Amino acid sequence: MRRLALALALVVLPAEADDRRSGFDVMGPDTQAMQQDDTANPGILWVRDGEALWTRADGGKSCAACHGAVESMRGAAARYPVFDGAPLSLEQRINRCRTTHQGATPLAYESQELLALTAVVAHQSRGLPITPDADPHLGAVRAEGERLFRQRQGQLDLACSQCHDDNAGKRLAGNLIPQGHPTGYPVYRLEWQGMGSLQRRLRNCQGAVRAEPYAYGSAELVALEAYLMARAGGMPLETPAVRP
Amino acid sequence: MPRTLINVPQSVPRGTVFEIKTLVSHPMETGFRPDESGRLRPRDIIHTFVCTYNGEEVFRAELFPAIAANPFLSFTAVATESGELAFHWTDDHGAIHTETARITVT
Amino acid sequence: MTEPTRRSLLAAGAALLLVRPAHATPQAMAEAIRAFAEGAAKAQPGRVRLDLPALVENGNSAPLTVAVDSPMTPDTFVRRIAVFNEKNPQPNVAVFHLTPRSGRAVVSTRMRLADSQTIVAVAELSDGTFWSARAEVIVTLAACLEGG
Ligand code: HEC
Ligand code: HEC
Repeated sequence: MRRLALALALVVLPAEADDRRSGFDVMGPDTQAMQQDDTANPGILWVRDGEALWTRADGGKSCAACHGAVESMRGAAARYPVFDGAPLSLEQRINRCRTTHQGATPLAYESQELLALTAVVAHQSRGLPITPDADPHLGAVRAEGERLFRQRQGQLDLACSQCHDDNAGKRLAGNLIPQGHPTGYPVYRLEWQGMGSLQRRLRNCQGAVRAEPYAYGSAELVALEAYLMARAGGMPLETPAVRP
Repeated sequence: MPRTLINVPQSVPRGTVFEIKTLVSHPMETGFRPDESGRLRPRDIIHTFVCTYNGEEVFRAELFPAIAANPFLSFTAVATESGELAFHWTDDHGAIHTETARITVT
Repeated sequence: MTEPTRRSLLAAGAALLLVRPAHATPQAMAEAIRAFAEGAAKAQPGRVRLDLPALVENGNSAPLTVAVDSPMTPDTFVRRIAVFNEKNPQPNVAVFHLTPRSGRAVVSTRMRLADSQTIVAVAELSDGTFWSARAEVIVTLAACLEGG
């Protein structure tokens, strides 16, 4: 009997209990269906826009002129943020390409164009596991992100971790608290009735605890992104995800 | 220029009923939401959608502000002959956006 | 030591929501349905199926499907299907016009819900009769009709 129990335990244990859940897993079946059907997922509109922008010559050269087909971006988004002189989010990388390689102006955060380009680049990694970049500079960035994640903030004096680690799965005035994995960004959020970046999502959460949100592109938000992506390492990317 | 997603099967046996799905980018501004200064944002919606099959109307929808942003519609048609499906969205400014899709009936 | 207080969590929940006044208009819905049925003896329940999720995660977008039991032949078909609500600012949601060439009387779309409420679908058949179905929906997060 004991032998059997032991054998069973051995069978069950190596499956490495991973109780991480994407926001996808905890949303309703209708919202899941909306995300999974490319002809019904509004996020695909931004992906299509991004495909058009990819081949548009802005300031001389199109993205395609250097990178070839957008499919060449497969895997790129799964590694971001990276370190290149400084920590760099995917949006910052795209804008760096615009300013240093295209001689064009940077696109504003949350502009439809930047969302479309980010969406089309990230969409190439849909289904691929998040693979945090191995650059040793990123260790300190992630540590800073984790510190911010656990630091209380705002008038309500709540840390990200108090909701997303300690209370995930519970309901908060109608909202189900997810574990807070950045698996589908940019996402089409029903609440926004449009597309938004991961940084917009993080700023929303800061607003919920009545904290002054960090600025778009700030070191704090990029550090949080770097920590969240490492925390979600191995989980598949879903871009464009749909979220309530 | 609104963007659209259209899903129509490429080839359908004659006489069968097939599904058509359309999605168009549009804020569907209700006319009931205030802007930052507290004034109501003017209503701006797509109020009519029409689908024609080789020129003949097969489906029409009148839409109201209660339809969600980026309106999605799915409906059906009988495969009668090969040809063109045309989709027309009309907004509050009177602008009509048209897309077409080919269908082969076997 | 990192236990959030119940009060701070509730306050955060309230901040995630927006307080939105309701527009209770069940009478307006009844009038809109009468106008649609054009004085015909009122729509009888039956022949129509209205599917909405019982629990809607975000009132900005709830999927909806209406299906009417009809052979959709040139002699017997569904002419129109209208969808009404009782708590958005206006009672109308959509009116769909079908033809025998529709093949089936099944239409899906997505609607806004300002609050938990009853949704009604009414179908006009080619013989001039009107049929209806209702669905109750509970909205956990109401549609953003009031700003934000
Ligand atoms: C008061 C609880 C609370 C706090 C504190 C909080 N969040 Fe959230 N967060 C939520 C809720 C609730 C959602 C889901 C919102 C929804 O579904 O409408 C969410 C969503 C998210 C998501 C999106 C997950 C997905 O599936 O797309 C991320 C990422 C996230 N939060 C990160 C953070 C970070 C980083 C912080 C700290 C700066 C933070 N949150 C603080 C409650 C909180
Ligand atoms: C003139 C050539 C050129 C153009 C035009 C260009 N890029 Fe790049 N891009 C590069 C180079 C070179 C790199 C490698 C990093 C670096 O040296 O900046 C790169 C890197 C990238 C990366 C990171 C890939 C990875 O695996 O980390 C992304 C994403 C990217 N570009 C997107 C774009 C987009 C989107 C556009 C159009 C808006 C664009 N690029 C236009 C030359 C270009």
